[in-house]
Amino acid sequence: MPRAAALLAAALLVASAAPSAVNDAVLAGAAAPATLAETGLFLDDGAARPNARVVRYGLATPLFSDHADKARFLYVPEGKTARYAGEGLLDIPVGSVLIKHFGFARANGSLDLIETRLLVHQADGWKAWPYVWNADDSAATLKRAGARVAVTGHDGAGKPLALDWQVPNVNQCKGCHAAGDALVPIGPKARNLNHDFQGENNLARLSRLGLVSGVPENAPRLPDWKDGGESLEHRARAYLDVNCGHCHKPDGPASNSGLFLTWETPSGPNIGIGKGPVAAGRGSGGRMVSIDPGHPDRSILTYRMESTEPGVMMPELGRTQPDEAGTALVRAWITAMR
Amino acid sequence: MMRKALLAFLLISTSPAWAKTIAVAPGENDQEALQTALIEAQPGDVIQLAAGTYRLTNGLSLDVDNVTVRGAGPGASVLSFKGQTGAGEGLLVTSDRVLLTGFAVEDTKGDGIKAKGVDRITMDNLRIVWTRGPHKDNGAYGLYPVEATNVLVQNSEVVACSDAGVYVGQSENIIVRNNRVSFNVAGIEIENSKHADVYGNLAHHNTGGILVFDLPNLPKMGGHSTRIFSNTVVDNDTPNFAPPGNIVAEVPQGLGIMVMANENVEVSGNRIEGNRTAAVMVVSYVRPFEDASYNPLARNVRIFGNTLGRNGWDPKFPGGAELAAALGGGLPPVMWDGVTRFGDKPDDSTTTPASDVPMVSLGLAVAGTPPTKAQPAPVAPAGASATLAAVVLPADQPMP
Repeated sequence: MPRAAALLAAALLVASAAPSAVNDAVLAGAAAPATLAETGLFLDDGAARPNARVVRYGLATPLFSDHADKARFLYVPEGKTARYAGEGLLDIPVGSVLIKHFGFARANGSLDLIETRLLVHQADGWKAWPYVWNADDSAATLKRAGARVAVTGHDGAGKPLALDWQVPNVNQCKGCHAAGDALVPIGPKARNLNHDFQGENNLARLSRLGLVSGVPENAPRLPDWKDGGESLEHRARAYLDVNCGHCHKPDGPASNSGLFLTWETPSGPNIGIGKGPVAAGRGSGGRMVSIDPGHPDRSILTYRMESTEPGVMMPELGRTQPDEAGTALVRAWITAMR
Repeated sequence: MMRKALLAFLLISTSPAWAKTIAVAPGENDQEALQTALIEAQPGDVIQLAAGTYRLTNGLSLDVDNVTVRGAGPGASVLSFKGQTGAGEGLLVTSDRVLLTGFAVEDTKGDGIKAKGVDRITMDNLRIVWTRGPHKDNGAYGLYPVEATNVLVQNSEVVACSDAGVYVGQSENIIVRNNRVSFNVAGIEIENSKHADVYGNLAHHNTGGILVFDLPNLPKMGGHSTRIFSNTVVDNDTPNFAPPGNIVAEVPQGLGIMVMANENVEVSGNRIEGNRTAAVMVVSYVRPFEDASYNPLARNVRIFGNTLGRNGWDPKFPGGAELAAALGGGLPPVMWDGVTRFGDKPDDSTTTPASDVPMVSLGLAVAGTPPTKAQPAPVAPAGASATLAAVVLPADQPMP
């Protein structure tokens, strides 16, 4: 084909708006791109329309982030799949990306975006890249040192909220996303994905679309913390697993507390029952133990969940507002304990 | 752009050859300027803090190995966290071979400087202070290495922590020397740690001067081999202001040196004076615990060669006044709870401290027995001498 014709054909291809692929080379680069758009993960400037092999998912029990709404996506490159590896994290191959939009839902269901966080699986490990949206949600730019953004939104009951939103810096990302020295994903644990989202089970959808393989029949599932059909114990433990367990685990950032709030932790001192504080300081609120069965007002756990004071409140990062519903659940669980 | 105006990148000949100095000065957005420097630093770099006050709005963190953060002196370069709205500490270090030197951290909402899970951390010539003085809402710890190996904390000052000024927890191979700690609940505390040398420190006007503890239900237990020597532990007289629940909330006002649980602890060559409760207290852990691998007894504690002034004239623990009266008006230099066993275990003969000065035993026998059951009896002085080897840090421990 003559050179001019080839150019013309290429131009026509662009003009016909054939979707461009996700930019794997940019995602494999040492330096994070300055804008989210450069990744090619979305087809539009507002990052509402995911590219091919970028699939939205939801969690049975999500992390509380000041009542913000979230949209989560998994990208797995063509020719690869994430493998089911038990009820915990999926074994996600190099080249994949986890994408999380944060914002507040508008009346029409679209997100008024604040920030988008990427976890990019590169050959030498996971990288955390935070992007902050401009005022009209047309571009998101990299903010490695984090940012504070004045945000208006609404709580779970629709009551207006004005927030001093803290975009984490890349070190703070690791403040939660840590296992030993490594940065790791938190959310996409198979048990937390194993439920219906937008009309189909997440694991079934991801398998059908070729992003995930090896999901067994009857895979374990984490309860939906709001599901009244589940036991109080299971709901509270699911909530603590997702909201606390990423730090409060034996290889997590809060390991030295000896307080382990993961789903796997057996009932006993390490889940907090009768356990004195170690490095809580004023975070103890003058209470003697993390969980005093039957007595939420004597339990450090509820004191720190209800606080919004830095140095007292838990989690330390990602929250400035109390999560009333979550706290009520944990209170009910402790009250029912004998 | 702000950042570029605030940060100048200067090339200075330090090793390694590619290492650079990142200069930071106080400006309009100290949070972003400092945090950006801490993120963009490469191994070998020095972050140089110009003199002045930096106003921080959030915690800072360092996760790059082999970085030095150097200020113009602990009275000159001041990181003020008065306006902090997030994070559990002022500065968090999670990387190895880091040297922090020559700056101050003031009024953090939680801990001052925490270094977690690191190797070869050096904290030198720092000043950590809560400017309002002792208060229950001050942060727990000032200098706080935890789950660390090869720890050096020296030449620093810590004032008004609601728990411990210098707290080394769940760590191994530790030197804490030549620090000045005052108006904290505990001046210096070594907890659930192995091989620590604590010397040349001045601990005064705390609730308790120097503590060596071992606690249950933690990832790292079985603390042992700590030497407390050549310290000046005087006039520890601040009423306990720790929030209840924390173990240090039980430290009586006016204690010099306290050993709780733990094993192989030597207390020697210290000057201990002006502590109204006791010069030295050796006790077991008394709270109930469910942990088969934990030993609540204090074992192989040796006390010798200390210079003792007036101590123990007004013991501030429950039953202390009655005990002092029964003993003729005051406690002898060493008070031991007399606990020799726990649970259904047999007596452990290593629980009797070896002391070259007079000691009283409360005769409580079994861990958890309330002090109201005390049957005080004097224990005659015995010979005691040094057996622990000095802590040696690696040759490439960062040094100022």
